[in-house]
Amino acid sequence: MERKININRYKCACCGACIAVCNFNANEIINTFLEIKDKNCTLCFSCIKACPFRAIELEE
Amino acid sequence: MTDYDIIIVGAGPAGSTVARSAAENGLNVLLLEKRQEIGVPVRCAEGVGKEKFNEIFKDIDKKWISAEVDGAKVYSPDKKTEIVLSGDKAGNEAGYVLNRKIFDKDLVKLATLAGSDLMVKTTATGLKKNKDQGTIELTMQNSDEIFTAETKILIGADGIESKIGNWAGMNTTLNLNELESCVQYQMTNINFDERFCHFYLSYETIPGGYLWIFPKGKNVANIGLGVLSSLSKKSPKEYLDNFVNNNFPDGKIIEINAGGVPVGYPLKSAVNDNVMLVGDAARHVDPITGGGILNAMIGGLFATNIAIESINKKDYSVKTLKKYDELWKNDFGKTLHRNKKVQEKLLTTDDKTLNSIFHSMENYNITEANTKKLLYEIIKRNPKLLWDLKGLFV
Repeated sequence: MERKININRYKCACCGACIAVCNFNANEIINTFLEIKDKNCTLCFSCIKACPFRAIELEE
Repeated sequence: MTDYDIIIVGAGPAGSTVARSAAENGLNVLLLEKRQEIGVPVRCAEGVGKEKFNEIFKDIDKKWISAEVDGAKVYSPDKKTEIVLSGDKAGNEAGYVLNRKIFDKDLVKLATLAGSDLMVKTTATGLKKNKDQGTIELTMQNSDEIFTAETKILIGADGIESKIGNWAGMNTTLNLNELESCVQYQMTNINFDERFCHFYLSYETIPGGYLWIFPKGKNVANIGLGVLSSLSKKSPKEYLDNFVNNNFPDGKIIEINAGGVPVGYPLKSAVNDNVMLVGDAARHVDPITGGGILNAMIGGLFATNIAIESINKKDYSVKTLKKYDELWKNDFGKTLHRNKKVQEKLLTTDDKTLNSIFHSMENYNITEANTKKLLYEIIKRNPKLLWDLKGLFV
């Protein structure tokens, strides 16, 4: 299976920290809901390290 | 004919300050907020300096303020030494802990009463230059409705997750060593000295950041921490849980907040043709304190002044808007730059050294202190360690 990142909705607080560190325009908050655009994501994992709740997880 | 003189994306303190002052000056203004409700979720420890806040607002509504503090206490990593910054009567370092939910919403109300249009639950989805008119066409979405509006000036007040800067060709993306990753609990049932804001430093247990306790009323406080994303080995939440379990085992969490705080060097420029960034979107946050509310509003007023000038001249080019850069750089920009230098130095300081720096300050009685004076005194007392910073304070 292809590697990709997922948002754990039980953890995400929609704070936007992950968006501030994304160089690839691969995430955005829509209203109060974080979305990841898989086609833009390069799996650099910056967002994983920026997240206060470690809500972004790698799916392998 | 353009639809608006100014469109502002984001209705936090920066955006609503621009909306209000621009509308008061007779401009045709639209304020956008992607959320369905202003001011929530809170992403902020809510502390502001009293003196500056009082300068910005002639009539402060008591509802905006959760608590008033006399000063700040800063603790060494071994907690053996504390530095007390007590406010004098003039208000140095004395502060307010705001109620952002009420404050943010009231600022938006004031903007609309001044004549600004407002759309909530409306997201900016893209922008296009209109070359013939020299204007910008902004695309927005609310529910199923996708629509555009033409504006002379576009203000990006869209916070830490700002898209406007990048859309307008400015790179505002942060590196991991430029982002404090923060978690905060609002807690009840806790005992602490409510006359002060409390700051704890430790490279080991709060790497590259600090932990705060800000009073929010009787036995209530915002307890949170920020750690530098490039340095933290655990999740910020784990660091905070550890502190809370050890210090406030009977405390009850009534609210959980999270946020990212930009702590890089200030942007070289916060403008491009037709576009100005304000507040967190412009990264106008102090790299040591993490404070950004006052800069957001002061910067917002600067941006409004330059917007008015450019609209009067019918020239919305980067050349005219550059004056906004001059204004914020000559005001709080200098402090941001200086404090970034100090922060970089602090990031190389281990807990043992930090303890000795605190120890050197033991008999320093500060009655009229501010952060600048304190930092200067610390450098004076630790010349070998910090001599290379001396030039910053002359």
